[in-house]
Amino acid sequence: MKKLAGLMMTAAMATGLMASGAQADNMRIALVVKALGIGFFEAANKGAQEAAKELGDVDIIYTGPTDTTAEGQIEVINSLIAQKVDAIAISANDTDALVPTLQKAMKRGITVISWDSAVAPEGRMAHLNPSSNELIGKMIIKLAADNLPDQTGEVAVLSATTTSTNQNIWIDEMKKAMKADYPNIKLEATVYGDDLADKSYREAQGLMQSYPDLDAIIAPTSVGIVAAAQAVVDAGKVGKVNVTGLGLPSEMAGAIESGASKSFAIWNPIDLGYSATMMAYHIAKGDVKPQPEAEIPIGRMGSVTLDETNSAAMADPFVYDKSNIEQFKTIF
Amino acid sequence: MSLLKSREAILGAAIVALLVLIATRFPAFVEPKNLLEVFNDTSPLIILALGQMVVILTRCIDLSVAANLALTGMVCAMLNVAWPGMPIGVIMVIALACGALMGAVNGLLVWKLDIPPIVVTLGTMTIYRGIIFLLSGGAWVNSHEMSRAFTGVPRTQILGLPLLGWIAIVVALIMAVVMSRTPMGRSFYATGNNPHAAVYTGIDVGRSQFLAFTISGTLAGLAGYLWISRYAVAYVDIAGGFELDVVAACVIGGASIAGGVGTVVGTILGALFLGVIKNALPVIDISPFWQMAISGAAILVAVTFNSRSGRARGRVILKSAEHAQ
Repeated sequence: MKKLAGLMMTAAMATGLMASGAQADNMRIALVVKALGIGFFEAANKGAQEAAKELGDVDIIYTGPTDTTAEGQIEVINSLIAQKVDAIAISANDTDALVPTLQKAMKRGITVISWDSAVAPEGRMAHLNPSSNELIGKMIIKLAADNLPDQTGEVAVLSATTTSTNQNIWIDEMKKAMKADYPNIKLEATVYGDDLADKSYREAQGLMQSYPDLDAIIAPTSVGIVAAAQAVVDAGKVGKVNVTGLGLPSEMAGAIESGASKSFAIWNPIDLGYSATMMAYHIAKGDVKPQPEAEIPIGRMGSVTLDETNSAAMADPFVYDKSNIEQFKTIF
Repeated sequence: MSLLKSREAILGAAIVALLVLIATRFPAFVEPKNLLEVFNDTSPLIILALGQMVVILTRCIDLSVAANLALTGMVCAMLNVAWPGMPIGVIMVIALACGALMGAVNGLLVWKLDIPPIVVTLGTMTIYRGIIFLLSGGAWVNSHEMSRAFTGVPRTQILGLPLLGWIAIVVALIMAVVMSRTPMGRSFYATGNNPHAAVYTGIDVGRSQFLAFTISGTLAGLAGYLWISRYAVAYVDIAGGFELDVVAACVIGGASIAGGVGTVVGTILGALFLGVIKNALPVIDISPFWQMAISGAAILVAVTFNSRSGRARGRVILKSAEHAQ
C-alpha cells in the first residue's frame, strides 16, 4: 500500500502539482530511527518533542522500521517523500544503501540530515555525531583510569563484533589516548562478544580467568557492558574488576547498584534528538547553509560547527554513576 | 546398538582430546571447578538439544526453539516485573506451559496442515520474535527490575553445581527414560525410521510429530526462564541464532537429519562438545578473527567422524555370491 501511495504521489508531482512545501502549516520534521522500540531512540524522540515545543511551529514525525535494516528504512523514507515532509533526520542502518533514496528526497526539496549513525556525505546535507570518536575514546579509558590507584593497572576491552566500525574506531582512539596520557595502564586483550548476551558473558568470564589481576573491563557496547557486569557479579569479583564503557542507564542500573560498575558513559540521547531536530529545523528554514565551517545553533546545547565532511560533534559523552543513575534509569 | 555405542565413545574421546588440547594452552580450564562451570553454561543447550533431537528423530526440524526461548523468557521476565512476589515455581510452570503452547502450534501446523516443518518453524520463528516485540514494545527488562529470587534460583548451589546444571541433568534423565522405555519414545524412532511401516504398526505419524514439537517447545520454554535469569536481561534478540547451535549439537551427537537415528547420550555429548569449544575459545588466546572458523571446522570434523562411523555397511545377503566374484 505504501508503495502504491508513493507511486500515486509521484504521478501527482509529475503532473505539476508539486508544491514548494507546506508554508502555512507547521514544519514537519521526520525523525527516522534505526528501529522502533529501542529505548535510546525513544529517548531521542523525547528530545525532539522538546525541541519542537521550544520552536513552536514544528511537528515531529517519529518513525522507523521494526527491525534494523536498510531496506526497512528505504520504505519508510519513500513514504515520507510521498507525505512531503520538510525535513528528514535519520540514524542510518547502512552508510551507503540509503544514499539513492535520500538523494531522491533532497531532489524533492526535503532537507536531509543524519544523526547518530551517519549516511555517506552524498546522501545528506549534514551529519550530527553524538560526540566525536576522539572524545569517546578518551572518555572510556578515563572512566577506567579514574578508578585505578595511581592510574596504574590492567584493563581489557570487550567489544561488539570484530567488524563493528564504531567500536573499532573508539578502541583505536582509546589506544591513542592511553599512549599519551595513561602510560601505566596495560591493555591486556581485546575480545568480541558479538553483541550477544551469552557470548559476551563467556568472553568476560574468559578475561577474568586469563588475567587474574585484571582491574577493569571496558565494554564500548550496551549488550557487552551489561553481560560483563553480570559475569563479574557471578564470579564474585565485584570491587576487584570494574566494568565500564558505554551503556544505557536503565540497563546498567543493576550493575551500578551491585557495584560491578562504578561509572559508565553514553551521550545523552535526549540531547541528541533535541540537537538533531534543531539542526534540521535551521537548515530547512534556510537560516544556515550546510557547508564546511558553517556554525549551526542547536538551542540550549549551544552551537556546532560543521567540518570538511559537513559533520559536527555534539558534546562529550555524559557520565553516569551512583549519584545520577536513579534519575536517568527511568528515562532511557 | 553396538554401533551407536561406539559412535558415542568416539565423541566422548573427541571431547577428552579437545580438553587435553585446551589444557596445553590454558591448564586452569580442566580444573574440576571450571569443568562444572562449563557444564552449567552448556545446560540450556543440552535442554534445547534434547528437545530438538526428538523432533529430528521424526524427520522434522524445529528452527523456532531460540525464538520460543526468547519469548518465554520475556513473558517470565515481564511477569516477574509485574508481580515480583510470584513464586519461582509458578513462573517455571508458566514457562513450561508457554513453551509447550508454542511447540504445539508448530506441531499442529505440521500435523493438520501438512506444511513442511522447516517452513512452519521458519515462519513461527519470526512470529515468536515479533510477539516479543509486541509484548515488550522493544524495551529491555533489566537486572535491577527482576526480583532477587528470579535471578537467584538457577544460581542456587547444590553440591557444588548450580541448580541450572541440575535441571539439565534431571531433564536428561527423564528424556532417557521416555525415549527408551515408553511407547511414545519408541514411536518417535519408528516414525522417523520408516513412516509407512510405522503406520502399519498403528502409530499415527502426524500425531507423534505433533508430540515431538510439543516436547521441544516445552523444553525451550524451560530453557527460556533459565536463560533470562542466568544473564539477567531480556530483550527481543536474546539467543539470536541459537537454533543453529541446537541443531549442530544434535547432528554432532549423531542424530541423522534424515530421521530415526539419535540418542540422548549422543545429543548430550554433542552439546558438551560445542559447550567446551564455546567456553575454551575465549581463554586459549586465539585471534577472534579465527574463532568462528575454528568452531565451524570443529563441527565439520565431528560430523564427518560421525557420519563415517554411522555409515551402514551393505548387508551381504548371499555369502556364496560374494566369494564367487
